[in-house]
Amino acid sequence: MINVSKIKKGIVLDHINEGQGYKLFSQLKLDEIEDVVVLLRNIPSRKMGKKDLIKIETDLLLDFTVLGLIDPDITVNIIENGEMVRKIKLQLPEKVTDIMKCKNPRCITNYEKVRHVEFTLSDPQKREYRCEYCDSPTSL
Amino acid sequence: MNKTKHLIEPKDFTVEELDDIFRLADDIIAAPMKYLEVCKGRLLASLFYEPSTRTRFSFEAAMLRLGGQVIGFDDPSASSTSKGESLADTIMTVSCYADIAVLRHPREGTAKLASKFSPDMPIINAGDGGHQHPTQTLTDLLTIRHYKNKFTDHVIGVCGDLKFGRTIHSLVKAMSRYKNVRFIFISPEELKMPQYILDELDSASYTQTNNLEMVIDQLDILYMSRVQRERFVSEEEYLRLKDYYVLDNTKLQKAKNDMIIMHPLPRVNEISVEVDDDPRAVYFQQAKFGMFVRMALIMKLLNLEVER
Repeated sequence: MINVSKIKKGIVLDHINEGQGYKLFSQLKLDEIEDVVVLLRNIPSRKMGKKDLIKIETDLLLDFTVLGLIDPDITVNIIENGEMVRKIKLQLPEKVTDIMKCKNPRCITNYEKVRHVEFTLSDPQKREYRCEYCDSPTSL
Repeated sequence: MNKTKHLIEPKDFTVEELDDIFRLADDIIAAPMKYLEVCKGRLLASLFYEPSTRTRFSFEAAMLRLGGQVIGFDDPSASSTSKGESLADTIMTVSCYADIAVLRHPREGTAKLASKFSPDMPIINAGDGGHQHPTQTLTDLLTIRHYKNKFTDHVIGVCGDLKFGRTIHSLVKAMSRYKNVRFIFISPEELKMPQYILDELDSASYTQTNNLEMVIDQLDILYMSRVQRERFVSEEEYLRLKDYYVLDNTKLQKAKNDMIIMHPLPRVNEISVEVDDDPRAVYFQQAKFGMFVRMALIMKLLNLEVER
C-alpha cells in the first residue's frame, strides 16, 4: 500500500468511482495548476469495492458546479491546518453555462460563435441537460 | 415601452394570445380590404438560408397584402454569409433596415440565436432544421379552428413520419394544451414519435399503431405527413419507407363524414390525388390559412391594429 501524507490546507475529493479519477483530474484541469496534486487510483474501499481519490494542496477553491456536474456523489472535504473542517455536499446544478457543449451536430452553437450557452437539467437520473437553442439532450 | 416579441416556438404565445391572433385572422379573412394598408411603409426582411418556396411565398404574400414591402434573399450564397459573415452581424445589420424579419435556417436553434441580437426587430422562426416551425403550427391551428370551431374534444390521427416531422411535434404539443384531445400516432416502427415528445404527454391521451385503416373510423382530424428525404442518411431506407402509407378513397370509406384531412404540404405520394376532390380534404385551403395567420402574426408582432 502506498502512503500519501496528509495535506495541511486544501481539498480532498473522496469516493470517486473507480476509474473516474483521471477523467475528473482532466476535467478540473488539475494538470494546469502549480499546487501539489495527488491522484490515487484503485484504493480498496469497503463501501465501493475500489475507489479513486484526489488530494490538492491549495489555497484556492474549486468550481463545485463542475464537480457536481461530473459526479454529485463525490465527497468534498475542505482541509485546514491538517484537519477536515468542512464537508461539501454536491448537487447536480439546475443550470450550467460554459462547461458543456451541445452534442447535437445540427445545433447552431456548433457552427456560430455562441457565448454562454445555457443548459437546463432535464433528467437528473441520466444527468441529462437540454440545450437552450436546440432543446437536444446533452450530458457531460 | 413594449418589449420586442419574437416567435421562436409555439409556446412563446399563451393560449389567449393565440386566440387573439386567430380572431384577427378571422377578421382578415372576412374583410381583407380593411387591411390593405396596415403595413404601409413597413419592411419585412425575408432571410432564407435554405430553399422553401412555400413558406417564403406565404410570408411575402402576407406582407404585401398588408401593404408592406419585402427585402431579402433565398440563397445564402448570394448573401454576406458566403463571405463568412456571422449570423449575429447579419441580424444586427438587417435590423438597421427592416421592421420585422423572417428567418429560415437549416441549423437548429438559429432563430433563437438571432433573437438575442435583435432587441428592436421581431424575429419570426420560419423553420430551424428539424427543430421548430411555429408558423406552420399557427396555420394548422387556424385550419382546425375554422373547420371544427373548437380545439377541444378531438381525436387526432397523426400519420407518416412522426420521427423527423417537426410540424407534427409542434402541432401535438400545441393541441395537447387543450381539453379532451386524444392522439392516435400512426407510423412504421422506424418513424415512431420520439420518446421525448411522448414524455410530455399524458400517457392516457395517446395510442400508437402502424395500421391507418384500423383506426381511421375514430378520427375527427387526420394529419398526414411526408416522409422527408432530406432527413435520411440512407437513400435505401428512405425508398423503403416513403410509400408506407398512401391515403386513397378506399381507405377513406370508413372515415367519418366530418373528418378533415390535413397535410403541411408539399405532398409526395402519401395522399393520392383522387382524394383532392373529397370535401374532407382541406390541405390546399390550409395553405391559404397559412397566409392569413401570418398576416395576423405580422400585425401582432408589429403592434399594429385596425378597428374591427
